[in-house]
Amino acid sequence: MKKVIVGNHAVSWGVSLARAEVIAAYPITPQTQIVEELAEMCDDGRLAARFIKVESEHSAMAACIGAAATGVRTFTATSSQGLLLMHELLHWAGLGRLPIVMADINRAVAPGWNIWTDQNDTLAQRDTGWVQLYCENNQEVLDTTVQAFALAEKLSLPVMIVLDAFFLSHTSEPVDIPEPADVDAFLSRRDAALKLDTSDPHAFGALTTPAVYMEMRKRQQEAFDRVLETYQLIDADWDRRFGRSWSAIESYRTEDADTVLVTSGTITSTARYVINERRERGEKVGLLKIKMFRPFPTAALRRALAGIPKLAVLDRNISPGHGGIFAEELRSALYDLPADRRPRIDGYVLGLGGRDVTPDVIGECLDATRGNDGASSSREDIWVGVKP
Amino acid sequence: MTQIPLKEIMPNGEFLESGHLACPGCGASLSMRMVLKAMGEKTIVALPACCWSIIAGPYPQSSLKLPLYHSAFETGASVASGIKAALLARGDTETTVLAWAGDGGTFDIGLQALSGAAERNEDFLYVCYDNEAYMNTGIQRSSATPLGAWTTTTPGSHPEGRPKKDILAILAAHRIPYAASATVAYPEDLLAKVRKAKSIRGTRFLHLLAPCPPGWKTGDDETIELARMAVRARIFPLVEIENGETWRITVDSPGDPVGPYLAKQGRFKHLGREDAAAIQAGVDARWKALQRRVAGS
Repeated sequence: MKKVIVGNHAVSWGVSLARAEVIAAYPITPQTQIVEELAEMCDDGRLAARFIKVESEHSAMAACIGAAATGVRTFTATSSQGLLLMHELLHWAGLGRLPIVMADINRAVAPGWNIWTDQNDTLAQRDTGWVQLYCENNQEVLDTTVQAFALAEKLSLPVMIVLDAFFLSHTSEPVDIPEPADVDAFLSRRDAALKLDTSDPHAFGALTTPAVYMEMRKRQQEAFDRVLETYQLIDADWDRRFGRSWSAIESYRTEDADTVLVTSGTITSTARYVINERRERGEKVGLLKIKMFRPFPTAALRRALAGIPKLAVLDRNISPGHGGIFAEELRSALYDLPADRRPRIDGYVLGLGGRDVTPDVIGECLDATRGNDGASSSREDIWVGVKP
Repeated sequence: MTQIPLKEIMPNGEFLESGHLACPGCGASLSMRMVLKAMGEKTIVALPACCWSIIAGPYPQSSLKLPLYHSAFETGASVASGIKAALLARGDTETTVLAWAGDGGTFDIGLQALSGAAERNEDFLYVCYDNEAYMNTGIQRSSATPLGAWTTTTPGSHPEGRPKKDILAILAAHRIPYAASATVAYPEDLLAKVRKAKSIRGTRFLHLLAPCPPGWKTGDDETIELARMAVRARIFPLVEIENGETWRITVDSPGDPVGPYLAKQGRFKHLGREDAAAIQAGVDARWKALQRRVAGS
């Protein structure tokens, strides 16, 4: 069934198709449509979930933790300040190995108040033990939402689906909504090996001494080591069933390219347009989209980018005192390539607080990197379009 | 009051193992033991940070024979909400969820989550065992610390300057079906209240006074006696409130003077006669207010 829906409702449809059993959420712009639609779905019987209308995002995540620990499929959604309020419990869900799925609408952080998009809210949660998947369009949002439950439950890791405020959350696009029976065949009811169960009592999260804490951390890391391969299997299965695939990283027209743009989120679609235009003019330029930020797909990125002379990384985020975060991570990932195969990396900071990233803006970044013969040193904090 | 041997009223079920990590004379471990006896085996425990995070034992051990989820400090009521929703989602209407938190996790950092859950009338029993300070971290004051008490953050020269927060009235104001105070010194009353709470649906709240020998600077054989003195002196009246409206005193407090109760505890040893008189005046005023509530309901 094809429907024209906003990104937020694509999340709601995904959650409904995955038959989430407990949802706990608190309103925040621009996420509210997700949970409003889910409340409707619970109300009219399309979704048989318990919906807990908590008094804060902190309690939303806490309720999800309790529900997931009791063995059921669990979902929440938030944005910006709400995600920041959850921070303590994101670690709890991560280290507690609870397969909670959450959608975060990328929204800038206050002060001053700003409801428009940038990635600082989710990137500040980098080390909380959540898989992070950044989406480019509403079809990808719906498909990724369902896939996220499969991935989370397979590895006992929480998964965050990330979409840009307004550019996706409130933008309508045609989305193919799979038949519920077909999704049921893809994703069966959650069957937790360990859970809170009076017939098999266990204590979870007890005092963990230095003698065992590191082993627990190592197992978490080993689970993350399996994310990319597991995701690829899940995505291949999805592709067989529904004819769509969303890779963890996607190379676009990078063959023979002298310069490649590296993007995430909706900037990717605009960048594709720029690349197509430039290719028509005969310029050797391409694009690499990063969907999976955690785990960072280091080996795959090395294979995809080795030998490309120059990269222009577009970061809609800033790590104050350092630079754009995707650029930093990418530089670290590519450091071990042999010097003659290692790309030069320019990191552009742009689009913060929802400022438009137009084809012209992207074109400027591309030209600057292509025109740079390497005389000036590469940087990760080249600010674009900032008024003096 | 007729004397009844404890063993005759105490249910046989035992859900707290020996070898737990509580201090000698701990009111919190006795409280847990008695409450679980009345709760029975179909119980899941949500345990935010508190002394009990330690008493329950380190991984891979557990001193409780029930499923137990350790959670963050401020999440007793919210984690319990999630557990209950999950049980209902899978059709389990039989298991009771027990949130078990200290005074810090209830009066202070967990109050928002508790208020939210109580307002939604979440179906769980929330027990606050109140030892009147952050005892697990080494005796820092909480908003449950009584007027005049020494703690490490209210030193003897500047003891606690405010009376403790009236948590029971706060919960009653949410009009939850059942809220009550109890203590291990009156096990019959405590067991009756747990049984009653267990039989009711919706948010149920129990406030348990749990003396703490290291924090109160008392002997480890004085826990029961102190809890009884607190009740008799009207410092900790034993009441129950239904639907936020019907207030009832379940065990009579004859109104013994507060002096001997204060004198028994090292945390009050810096107090002079005037301080004790001020504490007595506060206790008398609150007792009068309680009488009015009981009479008006």
